[in-house]
Amino acid sequence: MATTKDGPGRSPTAMTDQIAPGEQRERINHMPGAGTERAEAISAGRREMLADTRRLQLKSLAERGLKRPRIGADAVCEALLRQGADVVFGFPGGVLLPLYDVLGDYPELRHILVRHEQGAAHAADGFARATGKAGVCLATSGPGATNLVTGIGNAMLDSVPMVAITGNVVSSLLGKDAFQEIDITGITLPCTKHNYLVRDPNEIPRIFAEAFHIAQTGRPGPVHIDLTKDALMGACTAEHPDKVDLPGFKPNFEGHPRQVKLAAQEIARAKRPVILAGHGVLISEATAELMELAEKAQIPVAHTLLGVSAIDEANPLSLGWVGMHGWKHVNKAVQSADLLIALGMRFDDRVTGHVPTFAPYARIVHVDIDPAEIGKNVAVEVPIVGDVKRVLQALIPLVEPVSAETRKEYFDELAEWRRESEKAPWHGSGAWRNGQLSADFVVERIGAASDHDATIVADVGQNQMWAARYAGFKRPNSHISSGGLGTMGYGLPAAMGAAVGRPDKETWAIVGDGGLQMTSQEMMTLVQDRIPVKIALLNNHKLGMIRQWQELVYAGNYHSSNLLGPDWCKLAEAYGIPGFQASTPDEVDAAIASAQAVDGPALVEFIIAAEQNVFPMMPAGKGLSDLLEEQFEEPKQ
Amino acid sequence: MSAIDPAAAGSASRPAPAHTAPPARPLPGDGRSHRHVLVAIVLNRPGVLNRVASLMRARNFNIETLAVSHTDQPEVSRMTLTLQGDDVAVEQAAKQLYRLIDVLKVQDVTSDPIVEHEIALIKIHASDRNRGEVLTIAEMYKAKVVDLAAESLIVEATGTETEVDALIALLRGFGIKELVRSGTVVMSRGTGSIEEAVKR
Repeated sequence: MATTKDGPGRSPTAMTDQIAPGEQRERINHMPGAGTERAEAISAGRREMLADTRRLQLKSLAERGLKRPRIGADAVCEALLRQGADVVFGFPGGVLLPLYDVLGDYPELRHILVRHEQGAAHAADGFARATGKAGVCLATSGPGATNLVTGIGNAMLDSVPMVAITGNVVSSLLGKDAFQEIDITGITLPCTKHNYLVRDPNEIPRIFAEAFHIAQTGRPGPVHIDLTKDALMGACTAEHPDKVDLPGFKPNFEGHPRQVKLAAQEIARAKRPVILAGHGVLISEATAELMELAEKAQIPVAHTLLGVSAIDEANPLSLGWVGMHGWKHVNKAVQSADLLIALGMRFDDRVTGHVPTFAPYARIVHVDIDPAEIGKNVAVEVPIVGDVKRVLQALIPLVEPVSAETRKEYFDELAEWRRESEKAPWHGSGAWRNGQLSADFVVERIGAASDHDATIVADVGQNQMWAARYAGFKRPNSHISSGGLGTMGYGLPAAMGAAVGRPDKETWAIVGDGGLQMTSQEMMTLVQDRIPVKIALLNNHKLGMIRQWQELVYAGNYHSSNLLGPDWCKLAEAYGIPGFQASTPDEVDAAIASAQAVDGPALVEFIIAAEQNVFPMMPAGKGLSDLLEEQFEEPKQ
Repeated sequence: MSAIDPAAAGSASRPAPAHTAPPARPLPGDGRSHRHVLVAIVLNRPGVLNRVASLMRARNFNIETLAVSHTDQPEVSRMTLTLQGDDVAVEQAAKQLYRLIDVLKVQDVTSDPIVEHEIALIKIHASDRNRGEVLTIAEMYKAKVVDLAAESLIVEATGTETEVDALIALLRGFGIKELVRSGTVVMSRGTGSIEEAVKR
């Protein structure tokens, strides 16, 4: 998308008389680790930034030793730095060149050049989920902007804070079908929390402050800022505001005391309570409060797909994953519960299945910061609008302590269900039917090899379900998955963002051969920007989840689910990434260790059983009690 | 549906007897659809109408009428929407509208004491032969004749949606050439103001 119609010499510096035409400008090498003095300074600046969690003291252009007027593009860079957004995933283009012309003057700002704008959006999303801070992506007008849309929609459905920046044509050409012009604010309107079209450089400071505030406050979400080329190039004198004034955006954080009291009464009455922990627990950083409540009232904690890692799965109070591909014992516990305490989750259809048969004996306490989520999918008895952390802090003192003895019968029964649910003849051995490599074993070994501390980013499909079920999570936000939109191709670029956001943690992308073929070009970004993502490719040469549905629901009509792929190890090596392969259970650990030993990105291709399904499975339109399960055959010797 | 029966499983509590099927969980809302009137106080910014209309379409709500205008505060506009739905569905629409950053306040005024009006202009075939009849009907509905030509006249009617509906039904017999309605606007009765809370 880097095409431009503009002639040479139109950069803002060229328009001023500070630098004479034809005069050589300083060449800026922005490549990390390139061995130049400049690159070293950039790395040093970045390390300093990471150490300083407070907002940066902004340096003016003069303090940076630059003799040129401040333009809109400078205001963009300053605004990002003020927000502590020190990483931008982007791809340049004609109308963005004024911004790229000044980016080098802000060495603290790390720009990561992706290979496709969708990768930029997913990387910003992964960055945001790993750090809790808004991720930033940048793309040019027209096709650059439309390529971001999938990633923006993904962030919208999963409540991920993101600021997506696009360029647009000069404002006098807006609406004239100019080159690379599209009504991108019209396109992102329904899939953003808010969006802006900026034509005036002096509006940039205010709008960026508002955008970050909206993206990160209350229920997070993506905010899109579309900047016309003249807004980027024009002189900017406006100062950055310290406060935002948004009369129409006032999320309610504290739960209503009367409702909180009612919730405590429900908990006191309940004999078979279950907590459903969703993404909101992680977003509001309420994992400690969640455990406090669970321990005080002895309540087992189930989690949704996006709630994975909200609780240490090794904790005896952790019940497991609920929903369509959740554990049978968890779904059973929900179906027999007399009280559901839903924290920061939205009763997605992948959780409830057929609503009239969902948790038929349960009364429901529903805590969510978004009032529109309350009563949207299921009717609830005690709605509480508020931030999960604050509501729990208010609720816990009101809850009567319950002894483990009181709940013994209940917990014994759950444990019995769990033993039955977790048994599978191949499980733990790594060999599925006929000794073929079992995907769940691979995922389990990756979890173990990284001491359950790595950030594990899933793609979409069977690999995603296996990752959530078997990797074993204990650290909050160590599981990253595209839940709402279910975006294939998410895994690799999101892992890239997560690894940049949390360089202190090992990062694994667990992807299928279908999803990886959608965004595999980002392997080059891993190399160029030295991002040490370990790619675990679960290769069944199939669109696995499609094949599974075709087997179970469409009578084995396998249309378009067989998938050719490249020679993955060769492809990785072509990008400069070491590739390893494992096709039997005894090769798995060594392959994982080899990838871990690489100082930088690595790929491991696991040749898994081609026809292994994810069980249990709740068929569409059915309820949590109607799970399809694996039909066991004795493993053939 | 083979729900898991906690009683049969030997549970600590017995929420339902073992021999009865579990009760069906009611879906949100009672399904009793009727007309609702929503008032939205919004920031007077470009695109805000688009945001509201786009949201209602995306969330599968059907707007019957929509009236937008300035208020006495230059930075604030007011929208009046009427739509069909049960109470829970319309509450959901209001909550979704409130999520928009440019929306300051949403109120369902359906059951509040309000003055409700819309204006309609109706152009009717009317010659010397039947003009008197048309005028009589118009007068009964306190409608004004605002244009008079040899073969037609324009009636300006104001009132609630049902009053205007009734007048139109009566005039249809004469042959309506053209009809335009403004959509309902409402205002709360008494000293209270829907806009009060958003005054800054």
